[in-house]
Amino acid sequence: MVTVIHPNLEDTDAKMRAKDVSVYYGDKMAIDNVSIDIPTEYVTAFIGPSGCGKSTFLRTMNRMNDTIPSARVEGNITLDGEDIYSPQLDVVQLRARVGMVFQKPNPFPKSIYDNIAYGPKIHGIAEGKDELDAIVEKSLQRAGLWNEVKDRLNDSGTALSGGQQQRLCIARAIAVDPEVILMDEPCSALDPIATAKIEELIDDLNGRYAIVIVTHSMQQAARVSQRTAFFHLGKMVEYGRTTDIFTNPLEQRTQDYITGRYG
Amino acid sequence: MNEHTVKAFDEDITRLRGLIAEMGGLAELSIQEALEAMIRGDDDLAAGVIKRDIKIDALESEVDKLAVRIIALRAPMADDLREVIAALKIAGVVERIGDYSKNIAKRVSDIEDRKKFEPLTLLGAMGEAASEMVHDVLTAYASRDPVLAREVIASDEKVDAFYNSIFRNVVSYMVENPATISSAAQLLFVARNIERIGDHATNVAEMVHFAATGVYPPDEDV
Repeated sequence: MVTVIHPNLEDTDAKMRAKDVSVYYGDKMAIDNVSIDIPTEYVTAFIGPSGCGKSTFLRTMNRMNDTIPSARVEGNITLDGEDIYSPQLDVVQLRARVGMVFQKPNPFPKSIYDNIAYGPKIHGIAEGKDELDAIVEKSLQRAGLWNEVKDRLNDSGTALSGGQQQRLCIARAIAVDPEVILMDEPCSALDPIATAKIEELIDDLNGRYAIVIVTHSMQQAARVSQRTAFFHLGKMVEYGRTTDIFTNPLEQRTQDYITGRYG
Repeated sequence: MNEHTVKAFDEDITRLRGLIAEMGGLAELSIQEALEAMIRGDDDLAAGVIKRDIKIDALESEVDKLAVRIIALRAPMADDLREVIAALKIAGVVERIGDYSKNIAKRVSDIEDRKKFEPLTLLGAMGEAASEMVHDVLTAYASRDPVLAREVIASDEKVDAFYNSIFRNVVSYMVENPATISSAAQLLFVARNIERIGDHATNVAEMVHFAATGVYPPDEDV
């Protein structure tokens, strides 16, 4: 079974490219031979039922699965043509280039300022206090949080509301000037207003970073993405323009899932 | 088609489809009865057609409300979304078909000296062709059948040909029998109404095709 790729997709330069990727947890195959290009121009959404492998696949893209001893990745994933699973590759450096935002906001138990400044400091991106201040402000601006926190940068990040914490985490990811941002269910713990702010932020960041979002909310995938991939039982079933996937999918399984007929 | 996990969603869609079928059935009956009333000069039958139009209008507004409710509450996607949008548009078109039948019924009493007015006999076959289109397009809708929908679209040519032939006939009849010009003019409007019914059935067929396949049927004329 190969992925059905919509024929009307134009060529784009792939920021990241996965080729024949399979992932195993021990003997169990979690991802079965997935290939996809991730462009910078568009937000790409991964949708699919729980356990379909979409999060697993997302995590292979910045080697988060390395921390799971039984996990094994086959195939090839490149960032700007460079193999991210090459033994020569510095994983810490990779994760600076490919940032990640998780389901539950996970700010460090530090000040708002330090949450943002931490990454640039350890990666040696900022040269001094002034430059660091500038990065903190710019990152918080881009994450749409600056106006809400500029007067209390020394408050603890964990004291913010859930939605603010998630934007703080996005600001933290942006601070190290990544090329790709992976988001794993970034709004599932947020209320509709906070969700709308994150979605607005994703729109804003679109084009500057390649963004991949895993979401259970199909409405959200429809709202924020321009490309959608549907995963089912470890396979990527269908990939196409978001409008086409949600109005006229080609595969019956996609159709059944997005219309709520998935058994 | 598989069932939705949320069964109430299926019930909503089934109800929507039922309303369209009911509207369509009434519209089809109205075409037949309006023409029968016209040909026979049956005022009671004509009054029944006019009265039925109120029911058709009420069904249309019920479809509108239900479709809006489904969109708001269920956020339909893919074929479900197309289904609801198509139902919304089809209801509007079927309502227009009902209006044309009502218009024909209203003209029944305008025909003078019916027995001597030969062109009336031309209407029967045209009316049958149009009501068959409406019947078939509703069958296509009920069975989500894009092939039958395309057949309906193709059969509109037949209705158009009837119209052209009736038009020529009635015009020459007018020339030969100037005394009947007023009735003959009414008849042209009736033929025009039937021709429009055919066009509307074609529109419905296009929506049935869209709902079933996600694309509009290819334009055969071009």
